[in-house]
Amino acid sequence: MIAHAEHDVAEVVPPLKAEARNLSFHYGSFQALKNINMPVYERKVTSLIGPSGCGKSTYLRCFNRMHDLYPGNRYDGTIEFHPDRTDLLSKAVDPIEVRMRISMVFQKPNPFPKSIYENVAYGLRVRGESARSVIDDKVEAALKGAALWGEVKDRLKELGANLSGGQQQRLCIARALATDPELLLFDEPTSALDPIATANIEELISELKERVTILIVTHNMQQAARISDYTAYMYLGEMIEFGVTDQIFIKPRRKETEDYITGRFG
Amino acid sequence: MSVPSDRLKKDHTRHIKERVIEAVLLLAACVSVFTTTAIVYILVKESWVFFQHVPLTDFLFDTQWTPLFDDAHYGIMVLLSGTITSSAVALLVAIPLGTVIAIYLSEFAPFSVREIAKPFLELLGGIPTIIYGYFALLFLTPLLQKIFPSLPGFNLLSAGIVMGIMIIPYVASLSEDAMRAVPMALREGSYAMGATRLQTSLRVVVPSAVSGIAAAYILGVSRAVGETMILAVAAGMQPNLTFNPTEPGATVTSFIVQVALGDLPHGSIGYQTIFAAGLTLMLLTLAFNLVGYYMRKKYREVY
Repeated sequence: MIAHAEHDVAEVVPPLKAEARNLSFHYGSFQALKNINMPVYERKVTSLIGPSGCGKSTYLRCFNRMHDLYPGNRYDGTIEFHPDRTDLLSKAVDPIEVRMRISMVFQKPNPFPKSIYENVAYGLRVRGESARSVIDDKVEAALKGAALWGEVKDRLKELGANLSGGQQQRLCIARALATDPELLLFDEPTSALDPIATANIEELISELKERVTILIVTHNMQQAARISDYTAYMYLGEMIEFGVTDQIFIKPRRKETEDYITGRFG
Repeated sequence: MSVPSDRLKKDHTRHIKERVIEAVLLLAACVSVFTTTAIVYILVKESWVFFQHVPLTDFLFDTQWTPLFDDAHYGIMVLLSGTITSSAVALLVAIPLGTVIAIYLSEFAPFSVREIAKPFLELLGGIPTIIYGYFALLFLTPLLQKIFPSLPGFNLLSAGIVMGIMIIPYVASLSEDAMRAVPMALREGSYAMGATRLQTSLRVVVPSAVSGIAAAYILGVSRAVGETMILAVAAGMQPNLTFNPTEPGATVTSFIVQVALGDLPHGSIGYQTIFAAGLTLMLLTLAFNLVGYYMRKKYREVY
């Protein structure tokens, strides 16, 4: 069973941004996700934690339909996206339209072989935007949002790959921000970075939640505790426990969660 | 220092075996170096004899190529114009088609289609060029003559087009390899931004693979410049200073065939011309290889 957070009386439940209901997922005949139910609250950071292979990345990639890129994958259940309450997984929904509203930042920085400017402008150009002034403004705003503007404003024409690893990841965050997404997905965004770059990205995520809802997969429990408002613990494709981060880390309801968090398991 | 125990003592048989293997490998490596050096040496030596009789300025700037006539002229530009014109036609066919095929196979084709299409494509590259030559002469030229009635029976256009078809597999196969080597993470990054398959292919995959694609093009150029049989059969072997593909013409390579198969006495200046022509050809392909090398370095993939 799934133990949902029982909110304290004093706490106001924030509005929903998305909600997974009875979500299952198959890679061919292998069932990677089993009947997941979980809310994603608006302008909050929600972390997904759990041991390797527990399905947290698979779950994250359902939100922007990345599994559609490969044959043989199957979704069951729904992910309702608010405010319009569209089912993201519906066959009638175009995955490209989904990705227009939900952006993603990957584990390893993956800047395109283009200039810093063009990397950030990519999403806008893909959407058919061609007005120079509009793109200029959005690129600048996105780079500022990703705390990279000061470092790159004089070298926008240089290749994105010339930046350091941490800067590249912030460039990828800027790229994701430039299109004003409603939900930002992070798939272990700091696992390829050094501690200082990691601290920068964590600080950035905390700032970004003022504007955008964030769902982040992390294998680092301290990171989840530091940056997230809500935390979900997954194991073997199941959602074991979801709750307010403090409650999950201080007073987990489930024995399995406690074992994982205290390091007895995982 | 103490005497090493038996277990740690140097194994002399192993040492000798290693040395023998090393020597054999070195010898094998030397064969290719030796062959290249020998070819360059012969070409330069024989060309030297040629240039004793014909001034370099005549060779480069004369507008006639009549080495077998009494009034002999040795203007290599005449042959180069044929080579350049036929290669240009070939590349106009091979580069666009080869690139489109590569993009399709790498980014769009389902696995089953690729598994069938690729061997067929590579088969196209295995057809002997003499067959392409007669295909140009007996099939394509009559077809083109229906559209352009004034087209002569031997022409650079038909030979060039067929040469382009021959080069397609090289361009397509190498370009496709380069595109397939682009990491999935880059494609996913593009799709995650809401890009379509075509946008991802053209804006992310092709620019990422540009050095490999450039290398494929350069190889295509080298193949076109060095191709002999198609041109000897279908282009007419008539030295003709022209950049008009609808005319007949001789190329550097088809001239070499012509002389090598003729009954010119060895050692005559007429015979000597083929070494000068060969040297020109070699310098040309060397230049393309250097350009290719430079481009690979400049646009090296940075993933």
